[in-house]
Amino acid sequence: MKKDIEALRAMANQVRRDIVRMVYQCQSGHPGGSLGCTDFFVALYGSQLNYKLPFSMEGKEEDLFFLSNGHISPVWYSVLSRSGFFPTEELKTFRKLNSRLQGHPATHEGLPGIRVASGSLGQGLSVAVGAALAKKLEHDSALVYALTGDGELDEGQNWEAIMSAAHHKVDNLIVTVDWNGQQIDGPTEKIMDLGDLPAKWNSFGWEVLILENGNDLELVIDTLELAKSRLHQGKPIVILMKTIMGYGVDFMMHSHKWHGVAPNEEQCNTALNQLKETLGDF
Amino acid sequence: MISINDLVVQGKKATRDGFGVGLTEAAKMNPKIVALTADLLGSLKMDEFKKEFPERFFQMGIAEANMMGVAAGMSISGLIPYTGTFANFSTGRVYDQIRQSIAYSHKNVKICASHAGLTLGEDGATHQILEDIGMMRMLPGMMVVVPCDAHQTKLATMAIAHHHGPVYLRFGRPAWPVFTESLPFEIGKAQLLNEGSDISLIATGHMVWNCVEAIKILAQEGITCDLLNIHTIKPLDEEAVIKSVSKTNCVVTAEEHQINGGLGDMIAGLLSRHHPTVQEFVAVCDSFGESGKPDELLIKYGLGVADIVKGAKKAWSRKK
Repeated sequence: MKKDIEALRAMANQVRRDIVRMVYQCQSGHPGGSLGCTDFFVALYGSQLNYKLPFSMEGKEEDLFFLSNGHISPVWYSVLSRSGFFPTEELKTFRKLNSRLQGHPATHEGLPGIRVASGSLGQGLSVAVGAALAKKLEHDSALVYALTGDGELDEGQNWEAIMSAAHHKVDNLIVTVDWNGQQIDGPTEKIMDLGDLPAKWNSFGWEVLILENGNDLELVIDTLELAKSRLHQGKPIVILMKTIMGYGVDFMMHSHKWHGVAPNEEQCNTALNQLKETLGDF
Repeated sequence: MISINDLVVQGKKATRDGFGVGLTEAAKMNPKIVALTADLLGSLKMDEFKKEFPERFFQMGIAEANMMGVAAGMSISGLIPYTGTFANFSTGRVYDQIRQSIAYSHKNVKICASHAGLTLGEDGATHQILEDIGMMRMLPGMMVVVPCDAHQTKLATMAIAHHHGPVYLRFGRPAWPVFTESLPFEIGKAQLLNEGSDISLIATGHMVWNCVEAIKILAQEGITCDLLNIHTIKPLDEEAVIKSVSKTNCVVTAEEHQINGGLGDMIAGLLSRHHPTVQEFVAVCDSFGESGKPDELLIKYGLGVADIVKGAKKAWSRKK
């Protein structure tokens, strides 16, 4: 599923429009992290992930992706729909009654693309480790990817999962951390300092890659390629991806204040004016 | 006429031993079964499984939250993970992981929990969980199975592999009479172990045997009882319960669990909707346990044979 870089840039812009419009329409949801991770999602689904359609829960012989920080569901839903998992039209049902697009991702309503619920933080890495172990046991050479937030690393279960992945030599797994330095109550260093994050992962036995600009689409793709080339050598791989929360909408950038707040009509229009190029809104 | 006098007691064995044997047997028949433990391989009697299927066994260390998530992830491809740790660490410690990654996500994970209840004994209240049935049965889609002896635990361990969906399988530590070897077993079907006309004794787990003993004492006083073994708490065999209670109009429930949230509550809820009935509860009354020998603890906390007899007489007198 490879597209040229200009097509991916256009997709990223459309995904950002989708995020702003989805959150505006239901007046709830999490635009900040969604906008910050847009380039990652577009790079992953547009250039890396070997997925099959129609969606099957089992995911045999295809790459699997798990989103641990489930609150950035708008970006995932947009990218899934624009990758053919379900009709783009369905994005308008986000967070509304009788929708498959729950506030946080769920399997319960049968939305294609989702394999486990997330939202209660800190659980996704464990699930990804399990899925990767299953692939190894069943001699399935496809890969497992996961994304987690940086604030989410406050949750102890992550470190259980990180330790277990190294212990079991889960070297078919690429985890990316959205290292935007923000969490709900403020900057991570003030709320719960992550300390020397690369050293922590490294000391837990992971191969650590640092992605200096997770909002540079080409750099994201290159780093994901690099990560892939380092697999199957006995270690799981983590990409510590620096992003800017709210990237693409100037008044939402660099602040935790847009973590979980919806724009009003004026703010929505201002945002869309900054993201003019469209492939066709939902 | 079904009678406890026809039950053949074949010594004593811990229900966890039945789990160990059942797990290996199930895995021989189904290559999709994998097993995980959180540093309690020996206590859960999973040694034989590890020996037979080393590549399908996963030691997860003392990290139960991660174990539950890993099991959920493994199940996606079609594997059937059985997690093994103490009941306390299988439920309360990891409730949110079970709720989101397993139950809400409808993952085919078998949560196998040993050392449940007071009969864990000397380790004391930190480990004697008495709330687990309640927590697990509240989760939508979670099957809850509590077998009464080692043989039934073996059969239940094998049977749950055929049910697609999350299961909580609860068993225990102490050696306990084995008396169900001649009986058929089907998930979701209550077992009628004795027929009588005065009282319906409805029990689960270790307390089924205590009810067998209580029935003998009550019979000497001319009180005859149905005895229903509810090995599957959820889904409950409502038909069997209502059939028995329609005859006796008098109920005693018995469980190694808190009075809140367990089997007794479930039966009372069912009967209040369909057949309001006098009921007495033999259960732990809103307290934690303590260190001691299993038999001593059962007596101190009101779960002994004498307590069932007392409960039965009280229910019987209220019925009159």
